[in-house]
Amino acid sequence: MNEILRPIVIMVVVLAYVLTVATALIWVERRLLALFQERLGPNRRGPFGLLQVVADMIKLFFKEDWIPPFADHPVFVIAPALIFITTLLSFSVIAFVPGFVVADLNIGLLFILAMSSIGVYSVVLAGWASNNKYSLLGGMRAAAQMLSYEVFMGLSLMGVVMIAGSFNLTAIVEAQRRVWFCIPQCAGFLIFLIAGFAEARRIPFDLPEAESELVAGYHTEYSGMKFAVFFFGEYIGLTLFSSLMVTLFFGGWLGPLLPGALWFVLKTFVLICFFILARGALPRPRYDQLMSLGWKLMLPLALLNLLITGAVLLAV
Amino acid sequence: MKTVTAVSDDIVQDLQGRFGDAIIAVQSTHDDIPTLWVAPKDARRIVQHLKESADRPFRMLYDLTAIDERTRLVRGDQPACDFTVVYHLLSFDRNADVRIKVPLVGEHPRLKSITDIWASANWYEREVWDMFGIAFEGHPCLRRILMPTTWKGHPLRKEHPARATDMEPFRLSDEKQDAEQDALTFRPEEWGLQSRSGDADFMFLNLGPQHPGNHGLLRLVLQLDGEEIVEVIPDIGYHHRGAEKMGERQSWHTFIPYTDRIDYLGGTMNELPYLMAVEKLAGIEIPDRAKVIRVMIAEFFRIASHLVWYGTFATDLGAMSPVFYTFNDRERIFDIIQAICGGRMHPAWFRIGGVAQDLPRGWDTLVRDFIAYFPGRLAEYDTVVMDNLILKKRAKGVGSYSLEEAIEWGVTGPGLRACGLEWDFRKRRPYGGYDQFEFDIPTAGHGDCYDRAVVRVEEMRQSLRIIEQCVDDMPAGAYKADHPLATPPLKERTMHDIETLIAHFLSVSWGPVIPAGEAFCGIEATKGNNGYYLISDGGTMPYRVRIRTPSFPHIQMIPLITRGLMIPDLITILGSIDYVLADVDR
Repeated sequence: MNEILRPIVIMVVVLAYVLTVATALIWVERRLLALFQERLGPNRRGPFGLLQVVADMIKLFFKEDWIPPFADHPVFVIAPALIFITTLLSFSVIAFVPGFVVADLNIGLLFILAMSSIGVYSVVLAGWASNNKYSLLGGMRAAAQMLSYEVFMGLSLMGVVMIAGSFNLTAIVEAQRRVWFCIPQCAGFLIFLIAGFAEARRIPFDLPEAESELVAGYHTEYSGMKFAVFFFGEYIGLTLFSSLMVTLFFGGWLGPLLPGALWFVLKTFVLICFFILARGALPRPRYDQLMSLGWKLMLPLALLNLLITGAVLLAV
Repeated sequence: MKTVTAVSDDIVQDLQGRFGDAIIAVQSTHDDIPTLWVAPKDARRIVQHLKESADRPFRMLYDLTAIDERTRLVRGDQPACDFTVVYHLLSFDRNADVRIKVPLVGEHPRLKSITDIWASANWYEREVWDMFGIAFEGHPCLRRILMPTTWKGHPLRKEHPARATDMEPFRLSDEKQDAEQDALTFRPEEWGLQSRSGDADFMFLNLGPQHPGNHGLLRLVLQLDGEEIVEVIPDIGYHHRGAEKMGERQSWHTFIPYTDRIDYLGGTMNELPYLMAVEKLAGIEIPDRAKVIRVMIAEFFRIASHLVWYGTFATDLGAMSPVFYTFNDRERIFDIIQAICGGRMHPAWFRIGGVAQDLPRGWDTLVRDFIAYFPGRLAEYDTVVMDNLILKKRAKGVGSYSLEEAIEWGVTGPGLRACGLEWDFRKRRPYGGYDQFEFDIPTAGHGDCYDRAVVRVEEMRQSLRIIEQCVDDMPAGAYKADHPLATPPLKERTMHDIETLIAHFLSVSWGPVIPAGEAFCGIEATKGNNGYYLISDGGTMPYRVRIRTPSFPHIQMIPLITRGLMIPDLITILGSIDYVLADVDR
């Protein structure tokens, strides 16, 4: 294939894939939650209610793009864009099948961690710029939450990096030919999973939003397309996290019979469903409880995991 | 017909012996509660004695209200006065009540406050000031509580119009709108709150009147240091509909549907205390079948109400699914209610003297199906909600109060039993046939949010037991008392001659004329003790309807148990109290 055309095709395909999945998730989550909750969910528009997504989009597109007069204008606009940009950029280093990656960075994993750290600013800034007390509290919670989980999230992945000997995501997948890392790095996986809930800001760690406490938290003042961007950003984040977990712990595209890409998508989908199920099943801790969980339990565990992995690698 | 007897209780003799002339009169009522009239200057020390130094003291201020006596026709043996302030005290040691009445003279009389004796008198005295314009000297914060601060007049005074058609047409000019909105602004200094202390700047947050965690129109102003709550100021009255005033212009019969909507999750449970008070006044004995039907429907509503609480409590703590499960079960209950009563949430189905209709064919199959279905679901909810670790961490040890505090602040219902006191009015003062049923009173020990939840969950099982006994032993017989004041009068009685037709016509059009007198009836409602204190002047409408609701004192207690906690804890506490705003504001 042409040297210039190939990256462009990959880019377009990845973008289309991510946006389609995120859009479809609106429907999937609503129908799945409905299934768990003894109700039907949207089932009127189109087959199985699939066109409900289109209806939602039309509604959001045509809503007035209103910025509260008391808000900090530029920051208010930049905040939602930030989360969209960082999550989409993170996808550029994810390897779907060998060679099918937008940017095959040798520091791919670090790049994703960096992007997710920037992504939190989106929430903090949105809470700040809204000039609303609930938003402010939500933003503050997001900052506190970031401080407590970012540290152990990064550490929990270092075991994988040590075994694979690389930050490159393709290399990490290739290193799982013998066994998926969710077996040797079981502890790392569980810690990362918990961090994933916090990163995606979903129940049980949806504290910056916490509807029953903070109305809508950091996006209380957002409406129309800007709200939709947050809404969408959450689904893209969910997809990103599931894809990342598939890459790091479930052997990416590896699998028998079926083509690699299908394996990747299937595994991602299963993880996404798990996240949705957890949302339907769990209540939410208080944020000081989340922080003490992070610092007092998760961080020592992540360090211990790192220590043991290192010892085992040295011994073998 | 039941005769009105003067009560000779040892507490009456004790007070008469101790205070002599300060006891002006002993009034006879239809409810066997000793009712004493005391001189205004002695009222304070008499209630103080009853609370602190009396034998087996009256530790709970159950209710504090007033009566505008100026247009009353039948006063009987009562001292002459323009207004009466009524203290209703409850003793758990005696399992008895006492009512102290204070006669006040003048258009805007004054009386010494008792807020230093009972902290819970605070809101009650504010309510009396708001509704009657009776000022309490020494009250720390005598402001309006239910009406907006801009309101002119005091609604429960007899000269205040009861209908919009009696008033000037309402117009909202721009100036008026601005003034009204300005009056709603929270000014910390009016409540004696500092904006900063030391190096901390406090944030004032309006939680409500519209807020997903408030379950209705309740405004809580929070003084926050970060997310830590320094002080809470509850602001109620957004759901005030003047139910007590409406009672004064509805016939005894047509007021029934209004009661359904006081605790709007309790449905017919609300009709029970009202009707039993009316029946005390009228001297109506209820047939057994009607009693058991009433108990069954009321217990169904207890389960329905607790189910709403169960789901929303879980939602408050961030769990999104349980509310759908419990609401689905509530739908099943409503299906049964609908099959029997025709209505769902507010069927208005009890009548003076019984119930509206006999049970329909096949009702028992429906009820038995539910009895078979429901325990499994409750067990499932235990796994999903009560046994969840995160939920336990959130609810245990949060928002606890001691038994002494609970009694001091007028807490009844599951909130009281969560402190360890085995007190259920269905057992302690069996009414409406509850003495015929076997059931347990669930209690818990710590009085925190989790314990209140535990008590309610177990109560649903006990209610189901009661319902099961209702189906098994439903007595045969009439569903309404054969009494001239029972409503609506039985149709079979008409069409014989012109006399019976006239009697029927009058009873249907004017409604029954209930003999003059006073009666109170309180029951174990879904959220605590709900009581109706009715005064008849011998007319077709009540002279005064006092509705004592459990949620009112429960909300007043929020600041006490919330200070020093965080916003999520406040939401947990609100969820665990299980209040309904219409039950607070009426």
